[in-house]
Amino acid sequence: MSWDLRDLYQETILDHQKHPRGKGNLPDATHSATGFNPLCGDKVTIQLRINDGKIDEIRFDGEGCAICMSSASMMTVSLQGTPVSDAEDLFQRIQKFLTANDESAAMEDIDSLGDLAALGGVRRLPVRIKCANLPWHTFNSAVHGEQNAKTE
Amino acid sequence: MIQELPKISISLFPKSDFPNLLTLVNGQPLAYLDSAASAQKPHVATEATSMFVEHQYANVHRGVHTLSQLATDAYERVRDQVKVVLNAADRNEIIFTKGCTESVNLVAQSFARPMLRPGDEILLTELEHHSNIVPWQLVAQATGAKVVAARIHDNGELDLEDFKSKLNANTKIVAFTHISNALGTILPAKELTAMAHAVGATVLIDGAQSGPHAAIDVQDIGADFYVLSIHKMYGPTGVGVLFGKLNLLEAMPPYQGGGSMIRSVSFEETTFAELPAKFEAGTPNIAGVVGLGATLDYIAGKNWNRETWVNRISEIGDYEATVREYGVSLLAEIDGLTVHGDAEEMAGIISFTVKNAHPHDLGTILDQHGVAVRAGHHCCQPLMHRLGVPATARASIAAYNDLEDMDRLAAAVQSAKELFG
Repeated sequence: MSWDLRDLYQETILDHQKHPRGKGNLPDATHSATGFNPLCGDKVTIQLRINDGKIDEIRFDGEGCAICMSSASMMTVSLQGTPVSDAEDLFQRIQKFLTANDESAAMEDIDSLGDLAALGGVRRLPVRIKCANLPWHTFNSAVHGEQNAKTE
Repeated sequence: MIQELPKISISLFPKSDFPNLLTLVNGQPLAYLDSAASAQKPHVATEATSMFVEHQYANVHRGVHTLSQLATDAYERVRDQVKVVLNAADRNEIIFTKGCTESVNLVAQSFARPMLRPGDEILLTELEHHSNIVPWQLVAQATGAKVVAARIHDNGELDLEDFKSKLNANTKIVAFTHISNALGTILPAKELTAMAHAVGATVLIDGAQSGPHAAIDVQDIGADFYVLSIHKMYGPTGVGVLFGKLNLLEAMPPYQGGGSMIRSVSFEETTFAELPAKFEAGTPNIAGVVGLGATLDYIAGKNWNRETWVNRISEIGDYEATVREYGVSLLAEIDGLTVHGDAEEMAGIISFTVKNAHPHDLGTILDQHGVAVRAGHHCCQPLMHRLGVPATARASIAAYNDLEDMDRLAAAVQSAKELFG
């Protein structure tokens, strides 16, 4: 395997793809949204139970590529039990990390991202950024009460 | 000592005729297996096009000056060539459009829309590309007609019984693909057309994939309309062809108004030009059409005729089938790989999925190995739904692909499989 592929499909990504965390249905969700990438057919549903400004529970479901599914899985781990304001802050940092044109700006917060830094491999492959970003945009739509998310 | 014979790996079209095929991709030689999306262009054709633009170019059908006449002759010569490619009865049955999609929309809007009534039916198949679904949905919404789709069998073949059962006195339009872009299934166009005609329906055949791979005879098939995509036939983008039977085209109102398509214009009344000008409003893609002519000359050789064209295009189809067969035999050995589409008649398309590896990830990994495939729904979401997969990876074979491309495809898929276990 070439260096580029190892960079994209890091162990963390493959692990979350093979053993997804936070996958399933949340019957008592207070917020939910479904994100769809019409370009490739990736589809992610995010369900949240928010109580008193805190994400008590988060689940994802859907089908898509390894990048999209592991991004969703990692997201549930990062956001479970966090205040909504912290989650929104992380959403903003992820946006910068994945999409900032300036490499040094993108890397500014990398130390605070933990496992999520493994998603950074998509920066070299512009067509795959949406795959990593779809769960995050869907989360953002769910929090803001929009039912349909999209990445473009 | 017995020497292993080298594998015959010379493509029907030399790769060196197509400059883009010599590009390195991610440091690897390119194995271009995405010609069903768009084919690469032979250098002689792009060179002939730029020669035309630089030395003969002017607008067509307008001027009395020398260059305008030269350009008009060059443009109209290609209409005669396309007439031969399709074996149309009359050169005025050949309309140049900006693409296959526009050709379908032209028929939907100019032929179907004025004629359809509430309760009428438009019969499609589950194999259709979105461009042979959505234009019909638009006219159905506007007229109260209904879109119906004939089912396919699990192997990608059209279910002829279902097709037949969905034909009735209300069926006014039947539109189907000649070759499925997603699976490679070849449909029995003549048989389907006869069945549709038996209930009085008008037939449009989507030839986007058949143009570069199969001999087409619109008279033998009996097609009322037949559409081609030129960029998939090694030609330039921005050119499509609509074949329509003369009596149908003559009765249809224009699709777009503008220059070229009129006989006389006043603010009270405009009379329209004769065919084919009636459907070629505005300045057409002159350089693109001339480029198509040069491309056809590349495919079939100088001074080709109907017989040599049919021989050449049949040779291309047979060659691609051989390469496909070899590719499928290699992929079949990969554990967890499923090839979608196993009809009796298949064109050079291999649509596949690999257990635990999403087609998009396959596409990225193959690309890193210099192997270009399409990964996705191939603009066939209803078909993907029918097959029960979100997407597939598709390797499509053209006359410049060789057995080595198949070796590289299989090796790259194998390495992707190792990654995802």
